[in-house]
Parts: sequence; structure tokens; C-alpha cells
Amino acid sequence: MSSVRVLVGTRKGAFILRSDAARKRWRVDGPHFGGWEVYHVKGSPVDPDRIYASQTSAWFGQLIQRSSDGGKSWEPVGNAFAYDGVPGTHQWYDGTAHPWEFKRVWHLEPSLTDPEGVYAGAEDAALFRSADGGKSWQELSGLRGHGSGPRWQPGAGGMCLHTVLLDPANPGRIFIAISAAGAFRTDDGGATWRAINRGLRSEHIPDPTAEVGHCVHRIAMHRSRPQVLFMQKHWDIMRSDDAGESWREVSGNLPTDFGFPIEVHAHEPETVYVVPIKSDSEHYPPEGKLRVYRSRTGGNEWEALTKGLPQRDCFVNVLRDAMAVDSLESCGVYFGTTGGQVYASRDGGDSWSAIVRDLPAVLSVEVQTLA
Amino acid sequence: MIQVVLPAHLRTLAGVSGAVAVEVGGRASARAVLDALEAAYPVLCGTIRDRGTRRRRPFVRFFACGRDVSHEPEDDPLPEAIASGREPFLIIGAIAGG
Repeated sequence: MSSVRVLVGTRKGAFILRSDAARKRWRVDGPHFGGWEVYHVKGSPVDPDRIYASQTSAWFGQLIQRSSDGGKSWEPVGNAFAYDGVPGTHQWYDGTAHPWEFKRVWHLEPSLTDPEGVYAGAEDAALFRSADGGKSWQELSGLRGHGSGPRWQPGAGGMCLHTVLLDPANPGRIFIAISAAGAFRTDDGGATWRAINRGLRSEHIPDPTAEVGHCVHRIAMHRSRPQVLFMQKHWDIMRSDDAGESWREVSGNLPTDFGFPIEVHAHEPETVYVVPIKSDSEHYPPEGKLRVYRSRTGGNEWEALTKGLPQRDCFVNVLRDAMAVDSLESCGVYFGTTGGQVYASRDGGDSWSAIVRDLPAVLSVEVQTLA
Repeated sequence: MIQVVLPAHLRTLAGVSGAVAVEVGGRASARAVLDALEAAYPVLCGTIRDRGTRRRRPFVRFFACGRDVSHEPEDDPLPEAIASGREPFLIIGAIAGG
């Protein structure tokens, strides 16, 4: 019988939530790495018992943890993230040149074909790859070597590489996104990269349609259509139908098009979820109502999903990596809040319930559907 | 043997309880203690000193015989009481944040 495992990273540790396919009763296991920030936890699609976790702390730096038994036990692996060659500089908040400095790993993306393969998206923005289960890491420095690197600038949360999408149909193609540089794509496994930001418009930067400098918050794709991408930008929901060559806005009737996560339904490639947030200075939902919005038309037309979600006095945020879907027949949708709740829907978003309510602030949510 | 007391999170990480004893060849200095500690517990590499620069992480402090030696040159000799193992070398996570 199928079951579901929800991997939750929080400000003070990782938690693993388990349920059978009914998704009615959940067992909460954790905290793992209690007291540490866990930015992301994600399992290998090839071997679901292989899970990687990014454990970090302002005191003690970065660790990568690895489990080979579905999160029951963990072993620390490599934490030597060294930029390739002379790191050079990027732009600091005041416009001056600032040296590249490794701070933490925001996102871990396991290989689609090899449980020992995993990518790490880092702050300051860089993409690293491990071919030995996280023991050693090599930078794919062609990304930072893209000519625009010295013009990249951190967003308010730091200059983080937070999105890594591997193209299931094209092993050489990877999409990444950086706050606040924008989206980039490689077609040769990471050797060379190009900015894919045509069509983005950001009024808060000197040139609103610049090649780089856009604060992309997250990108999502459906694995059956990797050329179709959905983006939550700082402001604006965007869509690309040509693997990022061009983008068009699909914010449509949303109450606000600011937000962080964006996710695609497991079985319906035109069904997309976002969580509108009031503004970039007020990181909470409009009117104190926590609403997920769903589009079944690939954008533009959005409906509010509210059943089971707090509709008054709710002022939490949902961070960029804190939404995911399962792949059971009736698609489950999950998201975590900065208030420590993890909400789940067993019916594609029609209704919701909190499967755990009082965790530390949730940084990331990933879901594994187990056979 | 030099006795080293780690902060709780690093004791958990290293899988130890209480003080750990490390052997330092030659003169006992903060650098020699940390080198020996990292050699005995490689999982601690990068947690006390930055992996690249080898400099003390900003929120980590070193104490010897009740004195903060965090800002002293890493190759300065530690007090005899530390070198002989009568007093522990303390590695502390600074009180910062929440």
C-alpha cells in the first residue's frame, strides 16, 4: 500500500511526517538536528530512502546530512563548499563590489537517475554538484562565470541560489534561479549558462527589463512538460512555454501577485498553486486570510482555496521552498508556514487541514510518495 | 593530553559526551589544539573554523583558564594548566541571537 512522507525543514530542526495513503493520521518524527536551521530536506527520486538535508547555523556553519534509511538515521557528509578558482566579486547592496563568500546551502536537488548524485544551491549564489552522495562537492562555476556575475546583487534574504530544476527529458538541461539575479539555464550539464529572463519586468530595478537583476522567488515545472515553466517573481506570476526563452505574466485576478512558493499539480500540468502575500514589506496574507490560489488554466484565472484554512487573524508567511505535492491518485498538496503549521489537502486543494500545528517556523516542505 | 570542552551542538555532532582529550605534538597553542581536534573528529571541520580561511567563526569563542583568548594569535602558547590537561580548553558558542 502506498504511503506518504513529508520532509519538513524548520528554523530549529527537521521533522518527518508519515501517513498511509489515506493521509488522515500523521506521525511526527523529530526534531532531527534540533536547534539548527534546516533549509531543505529532499529525497532521491531513484531511491526514496536516500534523503539529503541542509543543516546550517550562524554559529557553526554548514553541514550536509544524509540518510540511507528514509530518515531514521543520518550521517554528516561533506561540507567543503569551495568556489572554483578566484571567487571574484558581485554587487553589494550599496552598489560596491563585494567578494563572493559561501554562507549556506538553500536547496538540495537529488539527481533524477543516480542516488549518489545531488546538486546544492548556495548563498552566495553558486551551484555545486556531488557525485558521491554528498561526500565531496564541485562547483559548476560556468554559472558564476556567466559574464553578468559581477552585476548580481543580493535580495533581502541574501544572494541565494534557491531553485534547481532538472529536466527529465534532457539530462544536460538544468534551470536555476537566484535572488536577485534571475533565472538561468544550462543545456550542457552545467558547463555554460545563459540568462533566461526575457519578458520579466521589475519596476524596482534601474532597468526594469534588464538581462539580470530580477528577484525570482521560485520556478516550478511539471515533469511531463519541462518546457513549460511557472515562476513566482518578487511581484508577478510568470509563465514560459519555451523553456525560459520568453516569459509572459499570468497573475490575472490574484488579489496580489507577490509571494514565494509556486507548485504544479502532480497529474494536471495546467493546474498551478500560489499563496498570495500582501506585499514585500508585509510578509503576510491579505486581510489576515490564509488562501491558496489555484489556476486550472495555467495562470490568469485563479480561484481562492479557503476550506480548512484560517480566514481571520492569520499573519504567517509561506516561504519559497515550503510547498509540495504528492503523486497519489487524488493529488495531495502541502505547505508549511512561518507560524509552524503544515497544512495538507487530500483533494488537490479543495479542502485543507493542519497535519501538524506547532513546529518552529517552516523553511521547506518536500513530499515523497512511497510505493 | 589536552582536555577540550565543546559546545553542546558540537558534542552531539561529534558523538561525544563531556570533554574530549586530544594529543598535541609540540607546543600547545589554540591552532595546535584545533588541528588535533579536527584530525580526531573530521566532522567538526568547518564548524569552529571557516573551511576556507581557517579563521575562527564569528560566533565561536575560545577560553583558557577563565580568560577569553579568542582574539589572541592562534600560535601563542596556551597556559601550562591547559597544556598539562589540568584545566580544559573551552570552545563556546557565543550568546547571540535567540
